[in-house]
Amino acid sequence: MIKVLQYSFYDLIRSRWSYVYLLFYLVLGFALLFLNSSVSKSIITLMNIIIVLTPMIGTIFGVMYYYSSREFTELLLAQPMKRTTIFLGQYLGVSLSLTLSLVLGLGIPFTFYGLWQSAEMANFGLLLLSGSFLTFIFVALAYNIGLSNDNKIKGFGYAILVWLFMAVIYDGLFLISLIVFEDYPLDKFTLLATMFNPIDLSRILILLKLDISALLGYTGAVFQKFFGTNRGMISSLLVLSIWTLVPVYLITRKASKKDF
Amino acid sequence: MIEINNLKKSFGKVEVLDGVSLSIADKGIFAILGPNGSGKTTLIKSILGMVIPQAGEIKINGTNIKGKWDYRKDIDYLPQIAQFPDNLTVVELINMIKNLRGKKSNDQELIKLFKLEPFLDKKLGNLSGGTKQKVNLVLTFMFDSPILILDEPTTGLDPVSLIRLKDLIRKEKESGKTILITTHIMDFVETMADEIVFLLEGDIYFRGTVDELKKKSDRNDLEHAIATLLSEKE
Repeated sequence: MIKVLQYSFYDLIRSRWSYVYLLFYLVLGFALLFLNSSVSKSIITLMNIIIVLTPMIGTIFGVMYYYSSREFTELLLAQPMKRTTIFLGQYLGVSLSLTLSLVLGLGIPFTFYGLWQSAEMANFGLLLLSGSFLTFIFVALAYNIGLSNDNKIKGFGYAILVWLFMAVIYDGLFLISLIVFEDYPLDKFTLLATMFNPIDLSRILILLKLDISALLGYTGAVFQKFFGTNRGMISSLLVLSIWTLVPVYLITRKASKKDF
Repeated sequence: MIEINNLKKSFGKVEVLDGVSLSIADKGIFAILGPNGSGKTTLIKSILGMVIPQAGEIKINGTNIKGKWDYRKDIDYLPQIAQFPDNLTVVELINMIKNLRGKKSNDQELIKLFKLEPFLDKKLGNLSGGTKQKVNLVLTFMFDSPILILDEPTTGLDPVSLIRLKDLIRKEKESGKTILITTHIMDFVETMADEIVFLLEGDIYFRGTVDELKKKSDRNDLEHAIATLLSEKE
């Protein structure tokens, strides 16, 4: 698996898009720090960007890489290698290279700005952690979509729909249902609905950590009331891990049943 | 040794293999023939584990291959259409496969044989179809495995390379390998194959030597013999 991972990783690191992605974060990090001149404010702004952007890049890159490496995959399938090894290797290669762009792209400007001496270190770390989680989750979802659809156009379509649903439509439906059922007790529903969307979950996770959850939304308040900050954080991290592991398991299952 | 028992595979409603049983115990060159869509590639890909059959079993050297992958170290496979990752160079690809297999290889000799030296540092995306096929051949022949499976090996090759390929296949045969070849070039079959396996509508319609096939259909050349075979069926 390490060998496949290496090749996929190396292949992606050399591609232009990885540099563009890295450069984007570099520019974003420096610009935010320059404009806000405060690490903690920059972190909040960054959160709003990362929570939408990492899933989008993850899905699009994941699907793109799956389809463009089909030949490579077929070549590997005829070699004495396990199928799960091949697909997990590729999946980890994509996820790791995207995560690297994120961590380096934001890490460098914040290091220059003296993050290591500031009290925001933990918050920044959590921001990168949830960004990485989202990357791993959405690349895995994209790989599942790729494996289930031989038609490239359909695959791209579904991938973008999944992102759009999680990032935009889900919140809309959520909000509508909160308004429609406002006469009923909704805390349990809110909690559950948040769990089912990794993007919302990451948002809550960071808000809880920044300790401004009560100001920034109903779900945050409910979460804090239910779990208390530490427990809430641990359980959201746990659910995020489940969100990563389930699609990865589905990749191995789909891959071992597919014809090439 | 390859043993296939009652192999069935359909894609959606199309039944591609309908209970194929085939046993290849000997060394030598076996040509798998059949009209387009008769299931040649599906049969080969089932042996390689790339296509997963709905029923039946395949044994390579006595072990059932279902769910296994280790047995593929005994097989060298030449895929039908030479498609490689576009942004790798030829040398990188060869080294990658060598690294993945971790086996001794004679790639340098084959590179010289097919005159690939000038292309080694070129990206695979920029190569012509014939040159890609030569790279494909190098990747397949560079390891010394007891079973060789070649899916349309002649595609896109110039006459000189074709002669070299034939010599290469003969050499492999002499060293005692089992070689499966699919092709549509009958001349190639006549000069190379020890035995013919003729697939039709998902089953084996004929198995025997070239001469037996000619005798059976009462024709002198292979192309017409096969045409006769097909019209008989209809």
